[in-house]
Amino acid sequence: MSRTQNSKLKTQNSAIVEVRGLKKYFPVFSGLFTQRVVGWVKAVDDVSFSIRRGETLGLVGESGCGKTTTGRCILQLERVTEGEILFEGQDLTRLGDAELRLLRRHMQIVFQDPYSSLNPRMTIGQIIGEPIWVHRLLRDRGECRDRVEELLTLVGLNPLMAQRYPHELSGGQRQRVGIARALALEARFVVCDEPVSALDVSIQAQIINLLEELQGRFSLTYLFIAHDLSVVRHISDRIVVMYLGRVAEIADRVELYESPLHPYTQALLSAVPVPDPAVEAQRERVVLKGEVPSPMNPPSGCVFHPRCPIAVEECGQIVPQLREIRPDHWVACSRV
Amino acid sequence: MLARLCKINFVATLLEVRDLRTHFHTSQGIVRAVDGVSFDIKEGETAALVGESGCGKTMTALSVMRLVPKPQGSIVGGEIHFQGRDLLRLTEQEMREIRGAEIAMIFQEPMTSLNPVLTIGRQITETLEAHERLSRDTPEARALELLRLVGIPDANRRLSDYPHRLSGGMRQRIMIAIALSCNPKLILADEPTTALDVTIQAQILELMRELSRKFGVAMMIITHNLGVVARYADRVHVMYAGKVIESAGARDIYQNPRHPYTLGLLHSVPRLDQPRKAKLDPIEGQPPDLWNLPQGCSFSPRCKFVIERCKREVPPLRDIGAGHRSACWVAETLSQGKVSSS
Ligand SMILES: Nc1ncnc2c1ncn2[C@@H]1O[C@H](COP(=O)(O)OP(=O)(O)OP(=O)(O)O)[C@@H](O)[C@H]1O
Ligand SMILES: Nc1ncnc2c1ncn2[C@@H]1O[C@H](COP(=O)(O)OP(=O)(O)OP(=O)(O)O)[C@@H](O)[C@H]1O
Ligand SMILES: [Mg+2]
Ligand SMILES: [Mg+2]
Repeated sequence: MSRTQNSKLKTQNSAIVEVRGLKKYFPVFSGLFTQRVVGWVKAVDDVSFSIRRGETLGLVGESGCGKTTTGRCILQLERVTEGEILFEGQDLTRLGDAELRLLRRHMQIVFQDPYSSLNPRMTIGQIIGEPIWVHRLLRDRGECRDRVEELLTLVGLNPLMAQRYPHELSGGQRQRVGIARALALEARFVVCDEPVSALDVSIQAQIINLLEELQGRFSLTYLFIAHDLSVVRHISDRIVVMYLGRVAEIADRVELYESPLHPYTQALLSAVPVPDPAVEAQRERVVLKGEVPSPMNPPSGCVFHPRCPIAVEECGQIVPQLREIRPDHWVACSRV
Repeated sequence: MLARLCKINFVATLLEVRDLRTHFHTSQGIVRAVDGVSFDIKEGETAALVGESGCGKTMTALSVMRLVPKPQGSIVGGEIHFQGRDLLRLTEQEMREIRGAEIAMIFQEPMTSLNPVLTIGRQITETLEAHERLSRDTPEARALELLRLVGIPDANRRLSDYPHRLSGGMRQRIMIAIALSCNPKLILADEPTTALDVTIQAQILELMRELSRKFGVAMMIITHNLGVVARYADRVHVMYAGKVIESAGARDIYQNPRHPYTLGLLHSVPRLDQPRKAKLDPIEGQPPDLWNLPQGCSFSPRCKFVIERCKREVPPLRDIGAGHRSACWVAETLSQGKVSSS
């Protein structure tokens, strides 16, 4: 068994992050120039889950279901509309800017797009060194340079890369820089927002292995956001499935993939093609009808009911609550 | 007897690409985007062209359509036979008659290929009129029929809608409708579902498969998703750095990969149908720059099976039996490449 898993077993199951009743609504304005609010995008609508210290919590769901918004709300990069975000017991939504700035060191983010998330006018060395400088972790230029070189080596890049600019790096190399930057401040908790989606298949595995190795080494906790269910299964201990701003199901990796209970999770899993024609020929497929509705005007009752293969009339009326169906396996479906 | 057997099993080759070369002239030098690509597509078959970003998939398809961006890019060598005619020898006028009517293309980002100021209905009728492929039906009636065929709900109303009013999945359905409008023999689909969600991706691919069977249209799906290939393709052509490096029937290539790159790709992706591995097995290193290719085999710097010869001589794509082709000097001795669940 890998070191990562050993260290995961040792850490106790206490929560490092707790999300309680999180809501994030974005206003929709009537025109380009008028500022009249004509509606709300319910990007995240009453979401609760916790992230245990040392684990990787996967967050999956289709485009626009609110994954990024959830991640950004946890890090307070976005002010919440309602709800609490507890980080090591402290409610971040009640903190002022100065207090947040101190805590930010411990919570970092790796972005999806390695092309736009690095400042093109700064060298790689400056990009990684800047947060160290801003947070005054090191006050000596030489020490700071040494630390940058150490970080570059850590993520598998040549220390000479410090002199280069982002456009001179490949996508995979840039993603390593993003990871090095997140680690520069010795973060304990990292939100990885689709960190491999923009990368080539042959490079994705390199980055996933790196993230796992670093997790074992520095006891990191990850919130791993992705839409690729195969990747999420590989890296996550537990998984949250979201649909249209709500949580559909939460379970540990084995449970979720072996006995998914929510009809949406089942459809999602069966939609993922497996790279083996012999297996594919045997697989059952649930092809969902219809499109993902707009979060501006979500369906009544269970948001999934218009596409759900097992919906009954009451699904259109009652919002299903998350229930613990089996130990540690939570489902928001009244038909389960 | 033999003749009769042949007749029964013989499926005509629709497209034959031989040693195609498409280059770009840039300030950094010549980019060999397509560097000696060869493959065949049979009538009614679904082929997949797989490979990493920048390996030349789109340029291969654009070369077949003779739509390589000018003046930087040009086809500098090779042959493209379509139903027996070499497309590279046709005049621009003759080629225009083939485009859309005989060979249609679907692009990755439907928003950039749909005209934002024309209604959906108009975009379809325009293609029909351009090729004068109208028998009894009026263009409007045919457009409506096509929208229904690709599963657009409320088709009547949609005819007068503009593209921006539609979701990504709907736009891709429109692109499929336009591609089908003149009953082509071949559809080149460049990453038709990459921008879409998995559940919508499944809908679109199922639709494409159903329609290609119904009308006997051959398809070439360009993708980097090995799962999509496994589910939908009959034959697979794997590209690396401007070349096809392996071609085989879909089952064959997954169960018995005969090129180290294909083998590496199959090993590096996590799979839902197999027990989770403790660690992924990536291909180390980076894909090469196309304007600065290594000597010999382009994959050799990343290859686990490399021998001296690989660094000197470019391995040709050669037959290694049963319709399986590989461009690797050690193809025969590669360990049985079955992707095991260890
Ligand atoms: N700043 C904003 N203003 C208005 N609406 C927003 C804003 N940010 C996000 N949204 C909307 O909120 C919803 C959720 O978006 P979010 O980016 O969280 O989704 P996601 O699950 O991360 O999707 P993806 O997989 O495409 O990244 C979407 O409908 C999006 O359009
Ligand atoms: N206008 C251009 N000028 C110079 N080089 C170009 C141009 N267009 C494409 N190329 C190069 O040609 C090569 C092949 O490009 P192509 O678009 O065919 O790749 P692809 O396999 O379709 O990749 P992707 O999966 O990212 O779409 C790339 O390395 C690209 O950089
Ligand atoms: Mg997102
Ligand atoms: Mg392309």
